[in-house]
Amino acid sequence: MKWRLYVLFLCVIIIKSVTFSPSCRAVPIKNEDLQSMINTKETGEDVKEIRIRKDEFDEIVGQLQGMKALMEKMKEDYESRFQELQEKIATLEREKTDNIFISQSDAKITNPLSDQGTSIPQNNKTTEMVSPPSNKAETVQQTEAPGTSSAPIFPDTSMASQATNSVSGQWSPAQPLTLWSSGKNYMNISFDGLFAAGGSTAKDLEDIETGGHDPAQRGFTVQNLETVFEGAIDPYFKGQSNIVFQIDKGGESVVEVEEAYLTSMSLPMNLQVKAGTFFTEFGRLNQTHPHTWDFADQPLVNGRFLGPDGLRNPGARISWLAPTDNYTELFFTMQDSQGETAYSFRNQHALFGRNHVDTDVRNLGDMLYVPRVATSFDLTDEQTIVLGSSAAFGPNSTGTDENTLIYGLDMFWKWKSKYASGGFPFVTWQTEVMRRRFEAGAVTDNLPAEVMHNWGSYSQVSWGFKQRWVAALRGDYVDGEEGATDPSGFERWRLSPNLTFYPSEFSKIRLQYNYDDILGNNSTEHSVFLQFEFLLGSHGAHKF
Amino acid sequence: MKIKYHICLYLLFALSWTSVAHAKLNIVASTPDLGDIVREIGKDKVEVTSIAKPTEDPHFVDAKPGFIVKLNKADMLIEGGLQLEIGWLPPLVLSARNQKILPGNPGYFVVTSMGINILEVPTEVSRALGDVHPFGNPHFMLDPLNGGIVATHICNRLCEIDAADCTYYKDNLNNFIKRLDLKLSEWQKMLEPFRGTKTVTYHKTFPYFAQRFNLDVVGTLEPKPGIPPSPTHLNTLIPMMKKEGVKLILIEQFRERKIPEFVASQTGAKIVVVPIMVGGLKETTDYIALFDYIVKQIVIALETKS
Repeated sequence: MKWRLYVLFLCVIIIKSVTFSPSCRAVPIKNEDLQSMINTKETGEDVKEIRIRKDEFDEIVGQLQGMKALMEKMKEDYESRFQELQEKIATLEREKTDNIFISQSDAKITNPLSDQGTSIPQNNKTTEMVSPPSNKAETVQQTEAPGTSSAPIFPDTSMASQATNSVSGQWSPAQPLTLWSSGKNYMNISFDGLFAAGGSTAKDLEDIETGGHDPAQRGFTVQNLETVFEGAIDPYFKGQSNIVFQIDKGGESVVEVEEAYLTSMSLPMNLQVKAGTFFTEFGRLNQTHPHTWDFADQPLVNGRFLGPDGLRNPGARISWLAPTDNYTELFFTMQDSQGETAYSFRNQHALFGRNHVDTDVRNLGDMLYVPRVATSFDLTDEQTIVLGSSAAFGPNSTGTDENTLIYGLDMFWKWKSKYASGGFPFVTWQTEVMRRRFEAGAVTDNLPAEVMHNWGSYSQVSWGFKQRWVAALRGDYVDGEEGATDPSGFERWRLSPNLTFYPSEFSKIRLQYNYDDILGNNSTEHSVFLQFEFLLGSHGAHKF
Repeated sequence: MKIKYHICLYLLFALSWTSVAHAKLNIVASTPDLGDIVREIGKDKVEVTSIAKPTEDPHFVDAKPGFIVKLNKADMLIEGGLQLEIGWLPPLVLSARNQKILPGNPGYFVVTSMGINILEVPTEVSRALGDVHPFGNPHFMLDPLNGGIVATHICNRLCEIDAADCTYYKDNLNNFIKRLDLKLSEWQKMLEPFRGTKTVTYHKTFPYFAQRFNLDVVGTLEPKPGIPPSPTHLNTLIPMMKKEGVKLILIEQFRERKIPEFVASQTGAKIVVVPIMVGGLKETTDYIALFDYIVKQIVIALETKS
């Protein structure tokens, strides 16, 4: 029975490979080879042939005739494809006169065709199995027919497909510049512009907003102009860099290198290394860029513990993917502990009214360490949850031996309809709780050495209720810091509803209201933001 | 010393854990169609995971962390290509840290890289034209002939990875192709009376299907790919549909029904809602059943009209 299947397989394959073969001039020669191969085999096969009963043989002949009809139909089909291709060639030929570079375009495109070519010998091998000689001859003739008749087309066809596929890679004055369309380049480039117009009862928005990319004044704020470069570095690493431009309140343009790092693709033992300068993998929000946020500003607790610009510094991270059925990953990050982007650590602006003590890194203990574990599982077919737990510890700048420890729990839950269209409808719920233990050093005159405990949390729900529309609500709470003199240290809670409209994946308009209850000085502030964003170029996909 | 010994033991344990030889090949396919084709060829020698849900819009799939684990253990990753998966597959592959499924290895296969005649390759790429796929329309699996071509290539790849079972895969392939070809002529015969039927679709999901079965797609409800129907667009679309005599509105099962129903009531065209991937309905259990269902629905709709 098996060889009968081989006959079927062969017939289909031969038709396909011949029609796709880039070098059909070689086909007649191959057929000769084929026949000689068959001839040599026949003597051996004869013995088997005798065993076949006549009715069985008739059945085979019937089947082969059916196949013949089928192949003829396929032949027609492929011929219509040839015509299409020829038309393409004609149009491309015209283009070629304008553009001489086509012939030099990537050899990559010829792969499909040459791959087809390499599959031919394999098919010939299966021909050996074909036993009834009469049918054999038939199939050979058939395959020859389309092959020879269309032989002159093929060299051009390969060229044509080369040209059609490299349209985005070539340039002609009439075309828009598509130099950076992804897939044909070594890296993807994208540019993201994030702006906000804001109004508030607070005189100075910067007093009540804790994030460096939050709306900073009444009127307009350029929150984030982010250029992203990303791509494969080589077979071993992927690289990414996020360069951020901002225009500050004084009208000065500021450049920030937010991230620049490489990630290993396939280390053994389920390990992965990330190195460079990058957002610390602490919690959920800290790892992400402002344009992916569901709100126009960052949660109070992130601003207060991890800093206005988020926790990030030069360093390295190793992670291990547990070989379990559920996703569980362990992360361990080591980074520099100084600078404004290590806000609760060796920051030049010492917290809690302490004086900044200039310290050096004396040993490994003076670095910033951030372990994290994250796990995820599906609650139902439509619901997924990700849980995480992180800690960050390192020295702070209020003394020579003072340390800070921040630990946090995070949770992300998402429901998405299994009939989602364009990704809608969905509901997400994200919550983070953080606690900080801060050893504040003594200041000789007035302040003793003490340990400060603070905590804060935010919880937000987003509801994509209709394609392109998302409604969201966030609640924020932070407790009061000792000795606080302004809202940046007072106990406060905040409620922020918003509504976002996404004209497409590449733009958004968001209206947000903040009800800000600053318990520390018994005041309530109201703010309204209108945020808008655009995204140019090919931007890498985001994590879940 | 003792600690070192323990660490060594632990490492050995971890190593052996990850390198346990699997009897079955673990294969991850980006969509259920590709997954089903792998299943047809690999049968009980493969364990298939499909990432996209059969019922959802395949352009917007969540890169759920659970798939990282599947990809980590995969012997092979099969994706459609043409940027259909660009929004969700790359971060999963990066996190999977699996050499086997990285580009350049036999375990990574983009099915549109060979043999498929790709339709609607734009000559100009601009997002002003909507969410256009710069390398062509990615819904090629809705042409059964392409299903056969994909199956052949997948079979070759399986042979490359698992040479010992090559004849088994080839037998299954032959069997599949034979069934598919017989079915194809049956479907073509069923739809022959409706050759050239003027059709409107929601998104540009059906050009391959329309080409194979000779339907004439004259427009889409979306003004531009990825942009939901707008009143302005419908104001020009409806008169056009009346003028052209459009008889069929073909939409995917995950689309909203309100606008298609409105357009149908205005033009007298019949709405046919179909799953576009294997497993979208309980009737569409495999690739052949999927076309059985789609073709049947179209025939029923067009017959009741006349």
